[in-house]
Amino acid sequence: MTMHATNAATDSGTASGAGARLRLDPTRCSGHGLCAELLGEHVALDEWGYPIIADRAIPAQLLADARRAVTDCPALALRLDIAAREGAARL
Amino acid sequence: MSAAASGITSSTALWYTSRATGVVSLIMLTGVVVLGVAVQKHGRLPGLPRFAVVGLHRSISLLSVAFLAIHIVTAVADSYVNIRLTDAIIPFAASYEPLWLGLGTVAFDLILALIITSLLRARIGHRTWRWVHWLAYLSWPVSVAHSLGSSTDMQSGWLLGLGIGCVLAALAALAWRVSEGRRPHDVPRAARVSVLTEQLSGGRQQ
Amino acid sequence: MATQPSDTSVYQGSDFRRLLPYPDRSLSLEQHRALYGPASYRGAPQVLIDEVRAAGLTGRGGAGFPTYRKLEAVLRAAGGAVVVANGAEGEPASCKDRTLLYSDPHLVLDGLQLAAEAVGARQAYAYIHPDQRVLRRVREAVAERVRAGVDRVPVTVVEAAPRFIAGQETAVVHRIEGGLALPRYAPLRVSERGIGGAATLVQNVETLAHLALIADYGAGWFRAAGTSDEPGTLLATVHRPNATPRVIETAPGAPLGELLGLDAATAAAGGGSAPRAVLIGGYHGTWLPADRATALPLTNAALRAEGASLGAGVLAALPADCCGLRETARVVSYLAAESAGQCGPCLNGLPRIAHALRVLAGPGVHARERADVSRWAGQIERRGACHHPDGSIRLVRSALTVFEEELWRHGQGMCVASNDRAFLPLPSPMNPPRTDEDWR
Repeated sequence: MTMHATNAATDSGTASGAGARLRLDPTRCSGHGLCAELLGEHVALDEWGYPIIADRAIPAQLLADARRAVTDCPALALRLDIAAREGAARL
Repeated sequence: MSAAASGITSSTALWYTSRATGVVSLIMLTGVVVLGVAVQKHGRLPGLPRFAVVGLHRSISLLSVAFLAIHIVTAVADSYVNIRLTDAIIPFAASYEPLWLGLGTVAFDLILALIITSLLRARIGHRTWRWVHWLAYLSWPVSVAHSLGSSTDMQSGWLLGLGIGCVLAALAALAWRVSEGRRPHDVPRAARVSVLTEQLSGGRQQ
Repeated sequence: MATQPSDTSVYQGSDFRRLLPYPDRSLSLEQHRALYGPASYRGAPQVLIDEVRAAGLTGRGGAGFPTYRKLEAVLRAAGGAVVVANGAEGEPASCKDRTLLYSDPHLVLDGLQLAAEAVGARQAYAYIHPDQRVLRRVREAVAERVRAGVDRVPVTVVEAAPRFIAGQETAVVHRIEGGLALPRYAPLRVSERGIGGAATLVQNVETLAHLALIADYGAGWFRAAGTSDEPGTLLATVHRPNATPRVIETAPGAPLGELLGLDAATAAAGGGSAPRAVLIGGYHGTWLPADRATALPLTNAALRAEGASLGAGVLAALPADCCGLRETARVVSYLAAESAGQCGPCLNGLPRIAHALRVLAGPGVHARERADVSRWAGQIERRGACHHPDGSIRLVRSALTVFEEELWRHGQGMCVASNDRAFLPLPSPMNPPRTDEDWR
């Protein structure tokens, strides 16, 4: 098993580093699905009800809804990363 | 009930307002409890998206605080009985019905804690917020005790029916809350995979 | 400087004796020092890091990350630093770390001290597999060093949880902090924020052993083995039919076919009892057809071209009369049970994939299970807090590719296996986790 963190450079595969990203803490998420309701164009649900978040920046017109999804998530599993820094890698 | 209490029923608009807003608050708080359980159980209200269930839970709880504020202020302002503003925060110190009023104060204090921590949820973190939120299960019965004990109206007639309705709704919510969930996530973490594996080998296809 | 252990300058056979000169014994502090001398402290942080960079040492725990980068990240991070020797070895098919820890714990502990100096750490931990024999030996070794006063940074030995993912970085930090060995999702890596908020270096024990040797003999010596892109030696656990698993010390560039005893001719002919498939890397690794594997050198460069990688250094040649689908189903059932159960995709996907594989390991066509597995694999990939789902589906996908023919045979009601014998090792007795205590 890969015990160590993957290279941050390889994690930031997508071109646009800048902009807001919706990040999910999968250990907190229990599949309520509010985020998919509020951000249908950015978040889909898998067959068990857990969110699949698009791997791209959130368009400006969806930002308000994204903030609401972050606040309303019953598990507080979402975070909005405004920074351009892509170094927050999953381990 | 004391003689002073029976004299209240023929009193001022302030007192009526206090009683009315008290009843409305109780109904709203019952709704908040039911909605809270619905959120936790990933439940749906027919026709409503999930974010609406969360939204209603929050809106109604905030609204109930507004009604509670009126309930308290009118009770304090009314001159027939001596209730001070501090009796709304410090329990069991009132000269009028110290026990039943005191319970109302306790309930109000708990509700304030619930509301404030919920408004600051992102700051204080999920764990702390959850610990405090368990107090909801205490605040509701205390509110009911306050209602029944300090109000003669609620001890008969349609208001009693209302009170019983609220209790039944809350009991139903409680039963729902403690019922077993069907999803792997509803089980304690360490057992989730083994529960699902057993379900799968038992032949139940998902 | 002590005498150099004898070894060859370039790969020739598997006759390296750098890390395990006496694999059947356990060296005391005195014996260790007689061979290697005392730990070669540099006197200041950073110095050793430059040498490690020149040596080209990469992590031997599975990811193969350049070690100097990890060291630098921890050194650069603000606040205090902590170093951890990761000897959890949760991979059941691997015993190289345990063997190293038992045979020469002082080499690893020297490396730990040197790493601590290089990153300016003031506290060290040895996170060790719950094998009581190994654990006891490591504790004794630490006590020996305390008595001799040779360590500059205090070392605390922590018993790892007996779980497959117990060695995952954030799980290591979590466990050492006193909690459960569960991975955590965090915006910062452990190298920036780990144990008690301090920058934490989590390094595999074999990597630390190499680091100690580089400190003694230099980057040039380290590079005298292996290839120029992948220098140094490495420990591997080799599983061959009808043989007990062996830990060997080899180097990148070694012919894989020779290490696994695959005869090129019989593998190509596909006849008789020659293995037809090999597993590279471990239970998060990849199956390869034996005839392809035979032609490969043991390098990440060559393996990556086949979709594989060295991983935890497990090399297994599947006996010809073992069914690869059945073996994979057994392993994936284990991997599913070892999920932390924290993340929805993993806890829902892995048990379902395991169940479907058990069905595919039996007779019949089962097209639906085949399609389900593909769909689920795609659905859980990279959606957990750790790489457990990713590694597991890597194994699954390679199995469905390499054992395509076997799937067809099962569809006809046939199977290569003539008995129930299991080949790949799994914990025995199986103790799937059921409560939180199983994660301590």
